[in-house]
Amino acid sequence: MAIVGRAALIVALATTLFGIGASLYGARRGRRDWIDAGRRCVYALALILTVAFVILEVAFISNDFAYNTVADNSSLTTPLFYRAAAMWGSQEGSLLLWVWLLSIWSSLAVFLTRNRVREVVPYAVAVLLGFGTFFTSLLVFFVTPFALSSPAPGNGVGLDPLLRNPAMMIHPPMLYSGYTFFTIPFAFAVGALITRRVDAEWILLTRRFALASWLFLGIGVLLGARWAYYEIGWGGYWGWDAVENAALMPWLISTAFLHSIMIQEKRGMLKIWNASLVLAASTLAILGTFLVRSGILSSIHAFGASTLGVPFVILIGVMVGGSIYLVVSRRDVLRSEHQLDSLISREAAFLLNNIVLVALTFVIFWGTFFPLISQALTGTQRLVGPPWFDRYTVPLALILVLLSGIGPVIPWRRATLANARRNFAAPLTAAAAMLIACFTIIPVSSSPATVALFCAAAFVFASVGQEFWRGLDARRAMSGDPPPLALLSMIRRNRRRYGGYIVHVGIAVLFIGVAASSTFQHTQYVQLGRGQSYVVGGFKMTNVRPTAAIIDDPTSTGALLTLGVIVRVSRDGHYVATLHPTAQYYPDATGAEGPVGSLIGGDAVSTLSLYSTLRRDLSAAINAVPLQQALQGEINRANTLVDDDAKAGPVKQEDLAYLLLYAIARGYVRHPPAAPLKLADSPLVMWLWVGALIVFLGGITAIWPPPGAAGSRVRARYLARVAHELGRA
Amino acid sequence: MTAVLAVLAIAVLLTFVVWFVGAPLRRPAPADDTVSDEQRALEAAKQAKYAEIRDTELDYRTGKLSDEDFHAIDRQLRAEAVEILRQLDALR
Repeated sequence: MAIVGRAALIVALATTLFGIGASLYGARRGRRDWIDAGRRCVYALALILTVAFVILEVAFISNDFAYNTVADNSSLTTPLFYRAAAMWGSQEGSLLLWVWLLSIWSSLAVFLTRNRVREVVPYAVAVLLGFGTFFTSLLVFFVTPFALSSPAPGNGVGLDPLLRNPAMMIHPPMLYSGYTFFTIPFAFAVGALITRRVDAEWILLTRRFALASWLFLGIGVLLGARWAYYEIGWGGYWGWDAVENAALMPWLISTAFLHSIMIQEKRGMLKIWNASLVLAASTLAILGTFLVRSGILSSIHAFGASTLGVPFVILIGVMVGGSIYLVVSRRDVLRSEHQLDSLISREAAFLLNNIVLVALTFVIFWGTFFPLISQALTGTQRLVGPPWFDRYTVPLALILVLLSGIGPVIPWRRATLANARRNFAAPLTAAAAMLIACFTIIPVSSSPATVALFCAAAFVFASVGQEFWRGLDARRAMSGDPPPLALLSMIRRNRRRYGGYIVHVGIAVLFIGVAASSTFQHTQYVQLGRGQSYVVGGFKMTNVRPTAAIIDDPTSTGALLTLGVIVRVSRDGHYVATLHPTAQYYPDATGAEGPVGSLIGGDAVSTLSLYSTLRRDLSAAINAVPLQQALQGEINRANTLVDDDAKAGPVKQEDLAYLLLYAIARGYVRHPPAAPLKLADSPLVMWLWVGALIVFLGGITAIWPPPGAAGSRVRARYLARVAHELGRA
Repeated sequence: MTAVLAVLAIAVLLTFVVWFVGAPLRRPAPADDTVSDEQRALEAAKQAKYAEIRDTELDYRTGKLSDEDFHAIDRQLRAEAVEILRQLDALR
């Protein structure tokens, strides 16, 4: 079926090229039939790429190692669950996922706008298909997922064990959905600028699509952080890695856009700024994709060196150059209709929020690309680490949290001093109360930024709480409903406003988790023999006994050997939890480590064991490499024993190898070496995840169609039908 | 056998795509929608203005605007809404 997959990609490429031509011809000549044909190319692209996607997915699931990408990223021992996700472990598979998602989301956008902004849509379709052309070209000419080997190998290399985590099943699709969704507001912005239709309808559509991309990308980033927390960071959720930063930058810019577009909607201001933001967010999303795939910066998340760098640079160049040209050439339609009335207004707060978000993005951009900048200037690549990022991002994040409390309590246009005093009294009191509480609980002098953040968060909770309370009061006065009903009706009628407020609370909660866990975390790297203990953050952690399992991998990732220790956690003599950190060892497909060593000579991964509560995360991780080195003598002896038994034949030799591996595991349990452990006590980490969930709940509330929208659509359909039938009669 | 099936699958896919994409070009061009783009834009502007009026009222009810400011802003917003309605009527 590989030939069908290849053909599907070529047909997809031809479809995108035809669609671009048809859309542009239809738009220039005012031909609805050609415009419709162009639109249909987007749907057809989704169908064709679904065929290609299914063919490759079937090859992974059925272990068809004739496909190079399957042989390189899966194996007979890779469990079914991870075989299904192994496609996006490869450069070519993940590119196919990228363009497939692009086609799906583009189809959805084209379908939703089939009767709207008709002048803009053909150009937007051409831009969307332009992205389709770019990515299908990469799959046709640069990295095809349907390349075959003959004869097919009997087994594959296997999926990188680091990727064998449930989050990896959903993290890349969500992240790519976010990235690909960003092309939609970009396409509609380009279309609107070409046709000079930057009107209310365009704002309505673009805001929706931008919110959807913001939501998807945010969930993708969160799942990535969660994966890092368990698999690579051993309790660290953010490392300021180039690829992590690349996903964060478009998210920050779209956050700025979602705020500033409201100023354009209500006041007709900041049109140039908004057009620039929406174009920049999409360009940054493509830049993120470029970073992952070009190999220009080293990252644990990247695919390594590749030949895709040049095409991506050209695409980014076209996007940047085209965006600048469009904004400059359309500055007459992007002129502001009003000016800022007062510095004490929501517009001013949003403007400040935009400046902070853009500054934050610039800092992250500079830090991410500094290795390349330094190489260009000095000839040597210099990295900037987390302390550099923290120095600049912490104060900016602090201002951002504070602004998310200020925005809700000041009105549009202008606020009087008397109203401001009344509205800020409760939030300021809450912030002051938090400051006093911090003085009594934690050493303020050692962590002023954290204390300031706690106070800012208290300010946000009070200001949003006050807004809900007053809104509820007003709603009850009007409707006479009981409080729960009045609350629901209030949110339902003002989804964007209260959805946004919920997001603000979520952001404050999230930052509490980040600040507390990074400031008050206690971490120790120790070697603990059986029965030995170490006290971390007031918790006594004892290595109770070792554990070992052959083939029976408790996390079902396909590891042949799993070693670990049982750690008992207690405080003041009272039992708290039992942790079971493990190290998984995977086979080495090359066989270079000898008959027994190769069973476990591939990658080794440590899995964090976590006891998580709302107050703290207690965790233990075991370092896999020194543990394996401690067993190396036994492994070498076992290799010799199997080699000496060459007369027995390969099947018997394999049995013997497994038997000896079992013996090594038993030996580890009887005479365990000191376990190399990372023990940690991280306060309030749970609130980071809770905050993120609140953010997404708020995002969903804001994006949900307002009541009556469905009814309006039905009415519009009937009206269109009546008009059509009257025209025929 | 597999090669024949593959060729058949490709032919089916190609035929379907050509048929589906070319469908609008084979039939007469549809009559233009009676609602113009300008009208739709004004409808969207009207809805946005109504939302702004409601937002301002909520700001007032939640104590963010003084009586004087609220009445001034509300008057202005309603005048802007009336202007949009006038433009809509002129187009109909």
